[in-house]
Amino acid sequence: MLRGFSRFNLASLALGLAFLYLPIVILVIYSFNDSKLVTVWGGWSLRWYRALLEDSAMLDAAWVSLRIALLSATAATILGTLAALALVRAGYFRGRLPFSAMIYAPLVLPEVIIGLSLLLLFVALNVDRGFWTTTLAHTTLTMCFVTVIVQSRLLSFDWSLEEAAMDLGCPPLRAFLAVTLPLILPAIVSGWMLAFTLSLDDFVIASFTTGPGATTLPIRIYSEVRLGVKPEINAICTIMIAVVALVVVIASLLAKRNAASRDQHALGAPM
Amino acid sequence: MAKDGAGAAGGMTDAAARPPLVRFEAVTKRFGGVAAVNNLSLDIGAGEFFGLLGPSGCGKSTLLRMLAGFETPDEGRILLDGRDIAAMPPHLRPVNMMFQSYALFPHLTVAGNVAFGLKQEHLSRPEIERRVAEMLALVQLHDLGGRKPHQLSGGQRQRVALARALVKRPKVFLLDEPLAALDKKLRAETQFELMALQEKLGLSFIVVTHDQEEAMTMADRIGVMSQGRLAQVGTAAEIYEQPATRWVAEFIGDVNLLEGTVSEAAGEAVTVTTSAGTLRATSPGAVAPGQSVAVAIRPEKFHISAEQPAGEAGNGLAGEVTDVGYLGDMSLYKVKLDTGIVVKAASVNVTRLLQRPIGWNQRVWLTFAPDAAVVLTS
Ligand SMILES: Nc1ncnc2c1ncn2[C@@H]1O[C@H](COP(=O)(O)OP(=O)(O)OP(=O)(O)O)[C@@H](O)[C@H]1O
Ligand SMILES: [Mg+2]
Repeated sequence: MLRGFSRFNLASLALGLAFLYLPIVILVIYSFNDSKLVTVWGGWSLRWYRALLEDSAMLDAAWVSLRIALLSATAATILGTLAALALVRAGYFRGRLPFSAMIYAPLVLPEVIIGLSLLLLFVALNVDRGFWTTTLAHTTLTMCFVTVIVQSRLLSFDWSLEEAAMDLGCPPLRAFLAVTLPLILPAIVSGWMLAFTLSLDDFVIASFTTGPGATTLPIRIYSEVRLGVKPEINAICTIMIAVVALVVVIASLLAKRNAASRDQHALGAPM
Repeated sequence: MAKDGAGAAGGMTDAAARPPLVRFEAVTKRFGGVAAVNNLSLDIGAGEFFGLLGPSGCGKSTLLRMLAGFETPDEGRILLDGRDIAAMPPHLRPVNMMFQSYALFPHLTVAGNVAFGLKQEHLSRPEIERRVAEMLALVQLHDLGGRKPHQLSGGQRQRVALARALVKRPKVFLLDEPLAALDKKLRAETQFELMALQEKLGLSFIVVTHDQEEAMTMADRIGVMSQGRLAQVGTAAEIYEQPATRWVAEFIGDVNLLEGTVSEAAGEAVTVTTSAGTLRATSPGAVAPGQSVAVAIRPEKFHISAEQPAGEAGNGLAGEVTDVGYLGDMSLYKVKLDTGIVVKAASVNVTRLLQRPIGWNQRVWLTFAPDAAVVLTS
């Protein structure tokens, strides 16, 4: 009997989960620790969350990260969706293969290389590194993830829907906005959310492309930790975990709904 | 325009004299060098129910899609009401299409789907509501307006697709295999509904189908397509009784083709020497003695009997029954003639099975009148 909850299965599940989540759980618990020492439990308290509110450097960094994430995710979503549309809709064109391969490259390229190459580019162009260069870099990185998500939705899209809209009197652009866009919107939104979280936790690329005055949250945390782990760090990390978890949950719910509506649609189309 | 307009003034009463509503002029469409539609010309009149019939891949959908504007012809012109519509994008054409997959908008309700096309015309809200309600009533979906397409049955979806396109009041309504997804009974009902609708609205319908019975039931005229060309255009009776070619004869219904050469030709009455014997048949076109032709006889045109016919009035073929198929209303026989050729014959079962006199290995005589057999030259 290998199925069901045998003792062995239960144990391996528990160990696996512990391996994955124990560090995080400890971090979250210790963010509510009253003691100043990170390793000593001193009772529950929101003290470090309050301290965080007064830590303007940390708050500034969080604000920078949030703005970068919002901007780059939005730009990446627009560009990534357009790329997906071009790849799916244009059918076969000369240079399609290299084009799609190039779009996917950032998925597999080591981040260090992307970061370094962007750094070299910005230096060569003599651009001051900071907020905008990091936003641009994150757009480059996350665009391909959006493309992958939207493209997989478009591959199963019934293009006769768009033709039907045109047949009923919609000019092409309005047909896209009235029919195609609402139907692929869940995929676009989950693409945006993925881009947002990727940008929010990125450390490697930001460390290459940012400059003074635009310290992102992960960089700030890293530099603080080098001076010793303060309980405040636990608090800010807990908040970040909460934000990312929330976004991921929403995105997966959307993806599920998207898949469900696609199934319904597949049922709707005979043969 | 001028050329067609000339005929319009006099003959308004005669459908044939009116300029055609749709005219395909030597239209060719190629996909990667292969012609899906090949030098095809066709006129369709106003208010006509035209059926396009043909095997899969012969270019029926491509022809419709060119009229709807989703494909552009490589050669030739398409005229609508005498005007070349080459430059007209799909959303401006007074033509609506019902898609093979129905293509209902899954994110809109039934009423939303039907209203979609009217909203593009910027009609007032009450006007849209009135016409949607009217159309839903026409297709008997008035109480389902609030449902989403996935909550409907196949037949209901088909009617939504119908309503959505018809509410636009197109000049020409294109239906690409509208009934393919329905079961046999619903299909038969819907065929008659479609015919009633067409009569009521007076629109031109062009219906694509690969079901010959469906085409013959519904259409005023049928175009039989083969490899991008029209093999024959005519009424159901013309196509069945007087097929233009061997291919059409075999595509529509069952047929026996007996190859031979013309031995005597006097007007329509032709005598053909075939391997099954000398047969007298009818030829719609002129043939000359010595020409090689085929004599086409539908199975039900044979009179099958167990006794040798007395007179020598018609054509007679003698043979032995090798196979009997009982279909309820009809029986199909395979008869191996004395000359070795196997032909198919059918007869209506006017008597009950037990009394049926013809069985396996029985010697039978097949007779048919000369005007029941057609001579085919191509
Ligand atoms: N977009 C396209 N690209 C390439 N070839 C195509 C395209 N559309 C149709 N064809 C080809 O053109 C030919 C005719 O296709 P069409 O869809 O008109 O056939 P059909 O008569 O409607 O067949 P069916 O009864 O199966 O629907 C086929 O050989 C098909 O492969
Ligand atoms: Mg087709």
